[in-house]
Amino acid sequence: LFPQAPRMFAQSSQNCGNPVLLLLLLGCVLCPPAQASKSSEDIRCKCICPPYRNISGHIYNKNVSQKDCNCLHVVEPMPVPGNDVEAYCLLCECKYEERSTTTIKVIIIIYLSVVGALLLYMAFLVLVDPLIRKPDPYTQPLHNEEDSEDTHSLATGPTLAGARANTVLERVEGAQQRWKRQVQEQRKTVFDRHKMLS
Amino acid sequence: MDQKGYRRGSFQSATSDEDMLEIAGASMEFSMADDDPPLDRERGGFSSYNGGGMNGTSTMTDFLEEPLPGVGTYEDFNTIDWVREKSRDRDRHREITNRSKESTWALLHSVSDAFSGWLLMLLIGLLAGSLAGLIDISAHWMTDLKEGVCLAGFWFNHEHCCWKSNTTFTDRDKCPEWKSWSQLILGHGEGAFAYILNYLMYVIWALMFSLLAVLLVKGFAPYACGSGIPERLPGQVDAGHQNHHPGAGRVLGAEPRQGGAPGPRGLLLWEHPVPPLHQVPQERGQAQGGAWGLQPGEVLSAAAAAGVSVAFGAPIGGVLFSLEEVSYYFPLKTLWRSFFAALVAAFTLRSINPFGNSRLVLFYVEFHMPWHLLELVPFILLGIFGGLWGAFFIRSNIAWCRRRKMTRLGKYPVLEVFVVTAITAILAFPNEYTRMSTSELISELFNDCGILDSSKLCEYVNDFNSTKGDDLPDRAAGPGVYTAMWQLALALIMKVFITIFTFGMKVPSGLFIPSMAVGAIAGRLLGVAVEQLAFYHHDWAIFSGWCSQGADCITPGLYAMVGAAACLGGVTRMTVSLVVIMFELTGGLEYIVPLMAAAMTSKWVADAIGREGIYDAHIRLNGYPFLEAKEEFSHKTRAMDVMRPRKNDPPLTVITQDSMTVEDVETIVTSTTYSGYPVVVSRTSQRLVGFVLRRDLIISIENARKKQDGIVSTSVICFTDYCPPLPPSSPSVLKLRSILDLSPFTVTDETPMEIVVDIFRKLGLRQCLVTHNGKLLGIITKKDVLKHIAQMANQDPDSILFN
Repeated sequence: LFPQAPRMFAQSSQNCGNPVLLLLLLGCVLCPPAQASKSSEDIRCKCICPPYRNISGHIYNKNVSQKDCNCLHVVEPMPVPGNDVEAYCLLCECKYEERSTTTIKVIIIIYLSVVGALLLYMAFLVLVDPLIRKPDPYTQPLHNEEDSEDTHSLATGPTLAGARANTVLERVEGAQQRWKRQVQEQRKTVFDRHKMLS
Repeated sequence: MDQKGYRRGSFQSATSDEDMLEIAGASMEFSMADDDPPLDRERGGFSSYNGGGMNGTSTMTDFLEEPLPGVGTYEDFNTIDWVREKSRDRDRHREITNRSKESTWALLHSVSDAFSGWLLMLLIGLLAGSLAGLIDISAHWMTDLKEGVCLAGFWFNHEHCCWKSNTTFTDRDKCPEWKSWSQLILGHGEGAFAYILNYLMYVIWALMFSLLAVLLVKGFAPYACGSGIPERLPGQVDAGHQNHHPGAGRVLGAEPRQGGAPGPRGLLLWEHPVPPLHQVPQERGQAQGGAWGLQPGEVLSAAAAAGVSVAFGAPIGGVLFSLEEVSYYFPLKTLWRSFFAALVAAFTLRSINPFGNSRLVLFYVEFHMPWHLLELVPFILLGIFGGLWGAFFIRSNIAWCRRRKMTRLGKYPVLEVFVVTAITAILAFPNEYTRMSTSELISELFNDCGILDSSKLCEYVNDFNSTKGDDLPDRAAGPGVYTAMWQLALALIMKVFITIFTFGMKVPSGLFIPSMAVGAIAGRLLGVAVEQLAFYHHDWAIFSGWCSQGADCITPGLYAMVGAAACLGGVTRMTVSLVVIMFELTGGLEYIVPLMAAAMTSKWVADAIGREGIYDAHIRLNGYPFLEAKEEFSHKTRAMDVMRPRKNDPPLTVITQDSMTVEDVETIVTSTTYSGYPVVVSRTSQRLVGFVLRRDLIISIENARKKQDGIVSTSVICFTDYCPPLPPSSPSVLKLRSILDLSPFTVTDETPMEIVVDIFRKLGLRQCLVTHNGKLLGIITKKDVLKHIAQMANQDPDSILFN
């Protein structure tokens, strides 16, 4: 539909956290509820009957369809004799409910896997990355940086752009460095200078 | 411990909690230094500039040539220039429409451009709805995880675990599939040891969750902390917000937080739709000269509306909220688009059906009991309470946040989160009303007691002989109600004090649910008190007219609702949107008048004590340049008093239109930190030509040096159409006409500041030039205006930061 889609996908191949990917992920979330057929586990008719005379209150659950969801079909065994049934049933309230267990399962599993992946990634970065990566001469200038963000952009722009070859790996490296720099800056802003809502 | 020393130290050693994590992570297309600009086809356009000299007549196509990536985008913490955005958008649209006559492809492109705005709204709505569903389900699950686990499938929360089995009437929580931790570990759930074990597990889980949240925030998305609302209000653009990591961080971090005092409502208002889609359209738009066709302001407003729509099940309230709080500049087109986004979000959430009963929000209640005019008195009392609490909360929270900002306390955010969570969890467990999640608490408080309810709060003395069904008369309170009352009072005190410390921590946390909880508790307490008063003294003059014995006249649930609205209004100072959200939550159109009364009263009382709402106060604390549209400027100063340069300052830094070289301009740019420079005809005649932004200059010059032939430090930069002829041996001219803004706003030096402030507010300007007799005299920026206002109001003008 739109001409920038091919470019977006080309660039997204090197972006792990692209919003398009996020949307696809969410599409998967939305699919199961749309396709899931109603298993018997997922519907119920819940009737709540309050205490009546000397009978204590009770809750009845039964999986019937919506048209059968009333006191007469669900409340079994009926605790009151025949002539009292109507009075008793007037007090009871029956509600039809449905849910989708597949949706719940899928969502929780997606959530856990994303959190797990992020934690693993963080653990990897903290523990393993410093060992396998030699200290990069590029990161040294960051340590001596002063406060100004403008000189930052001037300094890193030309050096970064000129130096890299165009292979995929090097491009990923470059993007990684940029992201690293970005998060470090954010962290400085938030945690050191407390510019964000603290 | 001076700032610099600390920072260096933290890079190299791991002394405090601030271990710097070396993160090489997922890359994100970032506007700053693009080493791979997707501009292959546009490069041809630039070579045409190389004619230089007299041949450089510009044509329409030159002017409309695709700009470089990064030109026209914003740096971190720069405010959005609404006027520029609008005009650029219009230009782009006009270009596309003109081109559409050329070929079918171009026609399709123009059609898609027209629809792209709606498509974006659709995506925002879908995203908001699905993320809300994700958050609702996961947050519920994690809250219940603190108490036990479901044997039928660990992904079920308590309610869904017991869905299939028969529970007893009095004990609706117990079912064989759900095991509390003590039952799981010890085998039984009774006794002191089991209680202690449950307590311990609760605290441990709460700590683990908040640790997870703060680590995610710190490691991946530091901008995801707080509620994000103060950063959004001034229309600021944060490059950091412009990748999805804060969104993801907020979503993932919100679930763990649900156990503590704050809740995830605030996050739904903003984060996830805004960052990725905001950045994506802007970036792609500039790079490819035609994209989603939307300005950042519209996307912001629409995303806010969609967020509130799913957070509260209030689509209309969402649109009004976005109008009242978010938008600086709100044309009708935005209203319509926000409405659409809110609608789509509501549909999406409905289809996911997180609560299993086709409702959007956990505390949807349906009352239709009438209220009596005399009840306005307690409602106004609740409004006063809401206002008082709001003012108290704002003062204490700001004081605490200021202390966090200025002293050593702020150096240990992870430890702070840990300690606060531990204290909250330890205090919360003993009282069942603080142990349950806040949304459940609010839902229970809003609920009106019928014969089908058997919770402690509904333990009234029943008369079994009446067969009135759900329409119960006012009854005397049983012992359960009295117990519930004092437990609720304790819960109220705890929540009032703990929220002061939790709001503003370095985890995603909001304010809506906690303040609604405080209000709901207060309201319910008052409601039950009034109900019992009416029951025991039904023969008093004030009650005898309308509340005879056996009638159902007082609804404590309604009081809880009004209390919640009052407290939320007291803190945020919302008016219309608050009332609409509350009545959309409950479906009770009869209750608009009490809600309005309470909201107005609380706003008046709170305004009498302190002028600012919580978000305005935080904006001021952080020094964001937010020009509030609500206050009037009534001093007699003129533009020349506020403009820079002042009398003893060095003269204004200007660029001439065709006599400066690349080197001169680079020197100026590196030696000063202004975000833009006026362009004048020449140094002798300071007549104004236009205004050029720093960022655009830097990017264009860099690009020209790399890509164009013959551009060296001594090349002349020419901002006009017709460049002066140069001797043939000189290097070629760099034409930067396309980045020059030829219509900067100007005022004369005698313009009263009232008008200047009005112009800034209404048009959303960032800077304005001051002329005298047609010659450029100085410049006024938004920051100068804010400092001036602060000075006039005797506040500290140095507290305004940023560009």
